[in-house]
Amino acid sequence: MRSSPKSISAALLRAEAAFAAPRPEEVPALDSRSKALRRLVVDGLKGGGRGHLGAAFSAIEILRVLYDEVLRVDPAHPAWPERDRLLLSKGHGCLALYAILADKGFFPTDELTRFCRFDSFLGGHPDAAKVPGVEASTGALGHGPSIGLGLALAARLHHRPSRVFVVTGDGEINEGSVWEAAMSAAKHRLDNLTIIVDYNKHQSYAATAEVLDLEPLADKWRSFGFAVQEVDGHDVAALRTLFRALPFSPGRKPNAIIAHTVKGKGVSFAENNLAWHHKSNVPAAELEAVYRELED
Amino acid sequence: MRKTSLDCVYEMAKRDERVVFLGSDLGVGTLDEFRTTFPDRFFMEGIAEQNLIGMAAGLAMDGFIPYVNTIATFLTRRCFEQVAVDLCLHNLPVRLIANGGGLVYAPLGPTHLAIEDMGILRALPNMAVVAPVDAEEMRRCMAATLDWPGPLYIRLGKGGDPVVSDAKAGFALGKGILMREPGRLLFVSTGIMSGRALAAAELLAARGIAAGVLHLHTVKPLDEAALLRLAREVETVVTVEEHVLAGGLGSAVAELFADRLAQAPRLLRLGLPDRFPEKYGSQDDLLRHFGLTPEQIAERAASLGMRSAA
Repeated sequence: MRSSPKSISAALLRAEAAFAAPRPEEVPALDSRSKALRRLVVDGLKGGGRGHLGAAFSAIEILRVLYDEVLRVDPAHPAWPERDRLLLSKGHGCLALYAILADKGFFPTDELTRFCRFDSFLGGHPDAAKVPGVEASTGALGHGPSIGLGLALAARLHHRPSRVFVVTGDGEINEGSVWEAAMSAAKHRLDNLTIIVDYNKHQSYAATAEVLDLEPLADKWRSFGFAVQEVDGHDVAALRTLFRALPFSPGRKPNAIIAHTVKGKGVSFAENNLAWHHKSNVPAAELEAVYRELED
Repeated sequence: MRKTSLDCVYEMAKRDERVVFLGSDLGVGTLDEFRTTFPDRFFMEGIAEQNLIGMAAGLAMDGFIPYVNTIATFLTRRCFEQVAVDLCLHNLPVRLIANGGGLVYAPLGPTHLAIEDMGILRALPNMAVVAPVDAEEMRRCMAATLDWPGPLYIRLGKGGDPVVSDAKAGFALGKGILMREPGRLLFVSTGIMSGRALAAAELLAARGIAAGVLHLHTVKPLDEAALLRLAREVETVVTVEEHVLAGGLGSAVAELFADRLAQAPRLLRLGLPDRFPEKYGSQDDLLRHFGLTPEQIAERAASLGMRSAA
C-alpha cells in the first residue's frame, strides 16, 4: 500500500530534522574537479547509450574524497595486499567509480566511452575480475556490507592496517542482508569497517520515504551498534574532515556515515528527477545540455 | 558424517592457518575444541545465512579458506543469491558443509528437507557438488577439499550410515568410483544411495541379474569419461539419488547421454517426485514411501525386463 502524502512529508521532515549539516545553499558550488569527474560519467553514459546517472552523480564527492585523500591504494599495483578496500555496494552507480578509477590511472579514461559495449571491460555493474581497482562484483544489492565485513575481519586476522569502506545506496539498505551484516560487524567491533550510505532520498520508483521509509536512519545504525556521523555528501571539505576522524570509536564500534546527497547532483534538470535514475538512448541535444551544465 | 566432516575441518585448521570456520546457530558444543584453540578463526554468526556467505566471501578474497556449516536447506535456498554472486561469480574457495541433505530431517517436514539442493547448485557456474557415501569417504573427501580452487558444496547424510566405501578406491574430486563391476545393468548413484544401490545389486545378483554400481560422490564436475566408457558396456543405466528428478544426478547423466551418445543405454532415473514430501516419520520411512529401499530399487530395475543371466 502506498503511503499517504501526509506520512511522506512527515518522514521527509524527520529526515531533514535529523540532518544538522549546512543547508544546500550554503554548500559551495561544484568545483572544477567535481565537474570533470561528472563529465567522465557522461562520457560513459554517451558511449554506452545508457547508465544510472542519478546514482552516479550523488556519489561523486564521496568517492572523490576517498580516492584523493583517504584510501591507501596504488593504481600501479591494484592487488597490493596492504591496500584499503572500497566496495561500491550500490553497483549500479558504477560510472562514478569508473570515472574516479580512470582518473587515478587504474585504466585509461578512454575506456569509459566504450561503457557497456560487447567487448569493453566496463559493464553496467562493476566486475572485479575485469576492472582494475574494483574489489567486488556488485549489482545485486545488499551484498557489499557482508563482503566488507569479511574483508575487515581478514585484515584483522592478517594483523594488517587495511581499512574497508562500503558505499551503499539508500534504497539498497531495504535489503535485510545489510542489517544482518550490521549486527555481525558490531559484534566484532570492527572499527576498520566504514559503511557510507549515499542517502540521496530516492530509489527507482519514488522517494525512499514513500517506498520504504528508512528514518530514523542514523538512529537505526546507532541502535545496531555503529558509531554514526552525518555529513553533506557533496561538501568536499566536510567529507575530508569526517574521513580523517575515522575510526569514530576506536576498538569499540564499526563506523557508519550517512551522506546526505542529491540524486543527479550537478545537473539542474536531473537533480531529484527519477527519470534520470536510469537513462537509455539519451538524445544528443539532452547530452549536450548535460555537458553544458558541467562546464568549468 | 557431520561429526567426521567438522573434525576434519579442525584437523585442517591445525595444519593450515588459512582455514576458518563459520556457522550460523549450530548445536551447543559444536567444534568447541576449534573454538577454544583458534578463537580468531571460529565464527558463529547467528541465523543470518545471507551475511554468513558474504562474510565468507570477504574472508576468501583475502586469502582464507572458509568452511561454512549449517542445515542444507538454509545454506542453499535462503542465501542462493549470495552463493551465486559472492561465491560463484567471484570463484572463491569457500566450502559449504550442508547438514541433512535429502530426507534426513524427515520428522521436521518439508521446510527442512533439502530435495533440490544439488540441482540448484549444479546450475551455478564454478560450483562443485559432492555427496560422500559414508563417514570414511567423508574423511577422504574433506582432505581433498583444502586445495580445490573454487566453491564447493558438501552434502552430508544423517550420520551412522553403513560404511560401504573402500579406502583403496581413493578419492579425487570429480572422479567416480566403480564400486561393483557391471553386467548389463549399471546403477549410477550418489551420497548414501550408493550404499542402497550396492544392496540392490546384491539382491539382483541373487536373481541372476548382474548389476554394477558407479558411485559418483561428485555430481559436478561430472565424471563424464567414466560414464561414457561404462555406457558403452551396458544395456541399462539406473540412476539413484535422494533428490528430486529435476536437475539432480539423473538429469546430469541424461544430459550427458543425450549430448554425447548416438546410441545411449536405456536410462531409468530413480529419485524423489516433483512434490514436497507430505509425510513425516524417518528418513528411511520417506525413502520407502518414494520407492528407494534396496528391495524397491532392485524391483524397479528388474521390472525393465532384462533377461536374467549376464
